[in-house]
Amino acid sequence: MISKKVHSVQEALQGIQSDMTLLVGGFGLCGIPENSIAELVRLDVKELTCVSNNAGVDDFGLGLLLQKHQIKKMISSYVGENHEFERQMLNNEIEVELIPQGTLAERCRSAKVGIPAFFTPAGAGTEVAKGKEVREFKGKQYLLEYAVEADFALVKAWKGDEAGNIIFKGTARNFNQAMCGAAKINVVEVEELVPIGELNPNEIHVPGVFVQRIFQGEKYEKRIEKLTLKE
Amino acid sequence: MLSKKQIAQRISKELQDGFYVNLGIGIPTLVANYVPENINVEFQSENGVLGMGPFPTKENVDADIINAGKQTITTLPGASFFDSELSFGMIRGQHIDLTVLGAMEVSQNGDIANWKIPGKMVKGMGGAMDLVASAENIIVAMMHTNRAGESKLLKQCSLPLTGVGCVKTIVTNLALLTIENGRFLLKETAPDVGVEYIKSVTEGELIVSPNCKTMFI
Repeated sequence: MISKKVHSVQEALQGIQSDMTLLVGGFGLCGIPENSIAELVRLDVKELTCVSNNAGVDDFGLGLLLQKHQIKKMISSYVGENHEFERQMLNNEIEVELIPQGTLAERCRSAKVGIPAFFTPAGAGTEVAKGKEVREFKGKQYLLEYAVEADFALVKAWKGDEAGNIIFKGTARNFNQAMCGAAKINVVEVEELVPIGELNPNEIHVPGVFVQRIFQGEKYEKRIEKLTLKE
Repeated sequence: MLSKKQIAQRISKELQDGFYVNLGIGIPTLVANYVPENINVEFQSENGVLGMGPFPTKENVDADIINAGKQTITTLPGASFFDSELSFGMIRGQHIDLTVLGAMEVSQNGDIANWKIPGKMVKGMGGAMDLVASAENIIVAMMHTNRAGESKLLKQCSLPLTGVGCVKTIVTNLALLTIENGRFLLKETAPDVGVEYIKSVTEGELIVSPNCKTMFI
């Protein structure tokens, strides 16, 4: 079996430089690649373009990179939870492309599976349609959207094996699955990395062919954004 | 006048047995509390779960299981998890029967605006544009007027649109209306709210249904 295992986050992120485009998995703070984000802060790479559904919160997730002005451009669907981000955006300190969430997911999946572009109805007739090719199918308008192009994908999974096969847990799967394989180099961090042969092939969510590097994260805070309990 | 809970309660009467339903953030989330006892519905959250259950007890909290509003949730027996791409696949593919969401403005031809106030508030559209572009059955839950007392039911939306000609039904604190031929059709009034008052706070063209009745909550 081909092994994708690397021994540290430093090794996993080798080659990441300023001015690159990164796909970053997660929805809110759920399923974010915490160890890779911490390493990006340490590396102090700048002028990044980050494709991620959200922008983290002020002091966690991608918010850590925003604080240090490491991000030049964000491509997201919803950024409402991060005040620093909203401030930078309204002051034009950061470039922002807001795109519908389903379009974002499909743009990642398309890149992963070799589809250069696709038509979707999301955003037809709105400002999202500006400058885009519009085509009508069966009387309804659709926009032409393109696959993302990225240098690295930073993915978080629950379990993985050294062959790069991974399994997600709960709603922490979100964008991680579509992003894993969509970039030139796809880096997966897992809570538990097991030897080859220990995962059930029937239960793999993403096969190792889409993964270049896999490592076990040192620790996971798994911060909860909105703890909501039964009344 | 209806409270937010009562708006959700009225919308819950539109649920039908076997419906898969997506609830937006805010008032729509409350609809889950009022599912009629004799029917089965499943709630979808676009971050990747079908079969959402109630909020967890302290002991059952799992950081890996949240809804699209980023709140901790539980799942019910028969639930499933999936990724964002498949989640929007089921939305775009019209496998979801009903979408309930909030709005800042709705126009008389069914346009909806709920994601941006230029220069003031930019949170993003999240999944709302995908949902309204694809759903056959959309109910908007909102207050009839904004904080300044201005109508949110307009001839034309003034804010950037989320979707065009997609809203079918609107339930506000004052009324239940549908969109018919480019006009608001008043079908139900909230208890103790008069038709004339509703007309006075509806900027768009409003027709009163001959069968207009007082809402039953």
